[in-house]
Amino acid sequence: MSQRVNLEAPTPYELRTGQGIHVSEQEVQAALVSGDLGFFHSFTTGSTLDGPGVRIVAWLTGCQFKCLYCHNPDTWKMTNGIPVPLARAVSELRKYRHGLNAMRGGLTISGGEPLMQHKFVCRLFEAAKQLGIHTALDTNGALGHRLTDEQLRLADLVLLDIKSWTPERHQRLVSAPVEPVLDFARRLAAASRPMWLRYVFVPGHSDDYDDIARIAEFARSLGSVQRVDVLPFHQMGGFKWKELGMAYALANVEPPHPSATERACQIFRAAGLKAL
Amino acid sequence: MTTVQSTPWAAFRPGLWQNEIDVRDFIQQNIEPYDGDDSFLAPATDRTKMLWDRLNQLFLKEREQGVLDISPIPSSITAHGPGYIDKDNEIIVGLQTEAPLKRAIMPNGGLRMVLNALKAYGYEPDPHVAEAFTKYRKTHNDAVFDAYTADIRRCRSSHILTGLPDAYGRGRIIGDYRRVALYGVARLIEIKKREKDALDAEMSTDSIIRDREELAEQIRALGELAQMASSYGFDITVPAANARQAVQWLYFGYLAAVKEQNGAAMSLGRTSSFLDIYFQRDLAAGLLTESQAQEIIDDFVIKLRIVRFLRSPEYDELFAGDPTWVTESIGGMGDDGRPLVTRTSFRFLQTLYNLGPAPEPNLTIWYSPRLPEGFRRFTAKVAIDTSSIQFENDEIMRRSWGDDGAIACCVSPMLVGKQMQFFGARANIAKLLLYAINGGRDEVSGKQIGPREQPAQGEVLIFDDVIARFERMMDWLAGVYVNAMNVIHYMHDKYAYERVEMALHDYAPLRTMAFGMAGLSVAADSLSAIRHAKVTPVRNESGLITDYITEGEYPQFGNNDNQVDQLATWIVSTFMKKLRKYPTYRNALHTQSVLTITSNVVYGKATGNTPDGRRLGEPFAPGANPMYGREKHGLHASAASVAKIPYRDAADGISLTATLVPQSLGRVSEDRIENLTSILDAFFSATGYHMNVNVLNRETLLDAMEHPENYPHLTIRVSGYAVNFVRLTREQQLDVIRRTFHSAG
Repeated sequence: MSQRVNLEAPTPYELRTGQGIHVSEQEVQAALVSGDLGFFHSFTTGSTLDGPGVRIVAWLTGCQFKCLYCHNPDTWKMTNGIPVPLARAVSELRKYRHGLNAMRGGLTISGGEPLMQHKFVCRLFEAAKQLGIHTALDTNGALGHRLTDEQLRLADLVLLDIKSWTPERHQRLVSAPVEPVLDFARRLAAASRPMWLRYVFVPGHSDDYDDIARIAEFARSLGSVQRVDVLPFHQMGGFKWKELGMAYALANVEPPHPSATERACQIFRAAGLKAL
Repeated sequence: MTTVQSTPWAAFRPGLWQNEIDVRDFIQQNIEPYDGDDSFLAPATDRTKMLWDRLNQLFLKEREQGVLDISPIPSSITAHGPGYIDKDNEIIVGLQTEAPLKRAIMPNGGLRMVLNALKAYGYEPDPHVAEAFTKYRKTHNDAVFDAYTADIRRCRSSHILTGLPDAYGRGRIIGDYRRVALYGVARLIEIKKREKDALDAEMSTDSIIRDREELAEQIRALGELAQMASSYGFDITVPAANARQAVQWLYFGYLAAVKEQNGAAMSLGRTSSFLDIYFQRDLAAGLLTESQAQEIIDDFVIKLRIVRFLRSPEYDELFAGDPTWVTESIGGMGDDGRPLVTRTSFRFLQTLYNLGPAPEPNLTIWYSPRLPEGFRRFTAKVAIDTSSIQFENDEIMRRSWGDDGAIACCVSPMLVGKQMQFFGARANIAKLLLYAINGGRDEVSGKQIGPREQPAQGEVLIFDDVIARFERMMDWLAGVYVNAMNVIHYMHDKYAYERVEMALHDYAPLRTMAFGMAGLSVAADSLSAIRHAKVTPVRNESGLITDYITEGEYPQFGNNDNQVDQLATWIVSTFMKKLRKYPTYRNALHTQSVLTITSNVVYGKATGNTPDGRRLGEPFAPGANPMYGREKHGLHASAASVAKIPYRDAADGISLTATLVPQSLGRVSEDRIENLTSILDAFFSATGYHMNVNVLNRETLLDAMEHPENYPHLTIRVSGYAVNFVRLTREQQLDVIRRTFHSAG
């Protein structure tokens, strides 16, 4: 592995591939077991869109979902990411701790699906908490079962993506079942863990207001959902599909009209939730 | 509109300020800090809107023609009769000439600049004026060139030292205009006479003779100030007796300064909380309503927005958008822990809503995380809504200079009335690195400018060798630079002395000599490339190194990486150390800024290919900013790199411009205000010195380039200053657009 680890990426919209290609399968497996090494797409500071306050966000690689509207398809393969030793990630994080506290922010681990590398995530969160840094996990939830009850508490906040309520639609949108996601939500609620729900609003794909109403009702019933972010679909990741030579089903989908996402927000608000 | 108090000082709490000139003590005794929010503020009145509309018509014509009109009379405090925008509807009166936006000529600084400017706008100079300032009266510009060394001239023409105030007024001197309101001119004259009389006991050495002559000029200027005010029908020999008078008196003081001097930056000082004491007194006595209070401030700010100087197109290329730097310092904490935020601090900011966004006056927040929350949030809101204000670290500046300081120009702090600076533009530090590698030859012209050395040898540049060369070249340039500054300011004092501004200072103020550098991030990244990557110089047939092949990756400034950030701090501290070795005129204290305003474009144009991969002619990053596109980890990382530059070695200020798209601050307005407040709290509780905040969409700027007529007031912050976007050259507009936008992650 090269000595100087380069984590540069101005935005998650930058295409990154093959960065970990020289890491052998064996090393990857060993890393996943020990959590000594994480695979990163990139990280950025100064983010206000991935949890409360102004945060540092790390995007890990590897995802078991295949969302039609994914804006980071280059994070699907773990070996597209740069291997970063835990110690280096922690020393980078340490540089920002005073600023993160002053900005009432923290560390958000996103992806990809971070729980694909759950050992590494837990160890990085442990280190963050020792540094007094707030932690947030941005996850699709389907691998939530990998975390013990104790490990659940390492995330001060979970940003949970619910893609759809209807099993068939969920399957069609992400090529995976919805039930594990909802199970994880219930488990978080039972443990009174704070959650922000995230819902990506895609015209023609996830714009069924009845479906949204069912999610809203579910979210209300959980009792620990502090906020719902309705995220309008955008095309900033569209070029990646093309460059990766993957078929992009949403190439001709336009971002939704603000009034359409506002209507979705209102459904959540009607259920007594804070929605933006 | 209002009546006056029974006596000028009625209801003020007494203090030392009554016995001596001590405006700070007056503020400390009488200020009522305000910790509420912006809900009390009043909108613009119909009168204000009407007056402003009238000027808007004139602005259109001015932009079309370049200048609206030029007065042929050489300006002085009393050279022009009274002028009005609309006499019956003005609350605060006074113009630089007899008509709004009509520019005056000020040949004392340099006749050449005046003649060039007149020619550029199609005006014929008055032959008598030209004759007087060639035959009978020497100008600052002529005098400087009489005393310049060959070395200085070479550095100037090869653009290693650029923007020196040798052909125009130096500016960056702030008269304590508050004194005019608090004490009246008669008292100020009396004090100055006493100061002068005290010098009778001293032996007539060079410096004492100069002091006596300067004091005599100051006394004369104060007399002219009173005379100018009386032409408008006001007796300002006595103190102001209500809020409107306080603003008017203070403004007359400032107006006299801008009638007399075409300084690069003609800053106002720290007036809002001083004036608030008068507003509070009148409001308490029922002499004024909130709407009337706001109207007075709106009218004052209208006057500050139409200050104009006649400048040549070459000057505009350096400092674009017709800047005057009427900087007003707002907020800050007092030494005793009370905030110096008042309702009038809010009222000044409110003008950006009542009159719309504008670059002038250059409203500057002295920011501390300890300021009241209502104020901090309001400043964040104003920054988001208008992109017209800047923020500077009150904690750092107060610790260094005290709690009654103000910013001159963009980032230069000084105690009001007790401190002044000798402004010195900047050295091109990136180009200097190329000189070091080339043995003192200019990489563009091939001429020998610096001391002759053997250029860097061998296939690949060696870091230790380059560093040693760079230090030697810094030694040389620092010497030439101090030499140039000593000559300039000696002559400026002699031929273009700021009589009225200095009359509003204490005797023998603290003087700083403010050096500066441009191209810091280019130089730091170039050194980093030489150390961490492989840099192969490319030589032309005469052996001159004109290009570099850089292979491999290297750490870049702006990513919170000490491997390169320490190179940036090393450059700043080392150059400062070199400057300090050379004695200054009037024993001024050496300081330095890392600031470019819009001149980063011109400096880049004059600088060849650099080892960091930047191409010949490409603009530098502004101020202390990282280079475009090299900051890979967002605002926090980039600001953290800049915050490492030590203030003690850049005590004249370190400028960072942050450009953000609105979405990157949060999804809704409330979040954006909250998050920007947090960012400012974090930056200024660490060692961040200055932050310009632009909250804009790239699309807006592109559209404004195509359709300037739709964006007459689009204001953006550049390094240390705000400009009207549509008044920039196309090149500068493109540079702004290329700059890093921190986008939504």
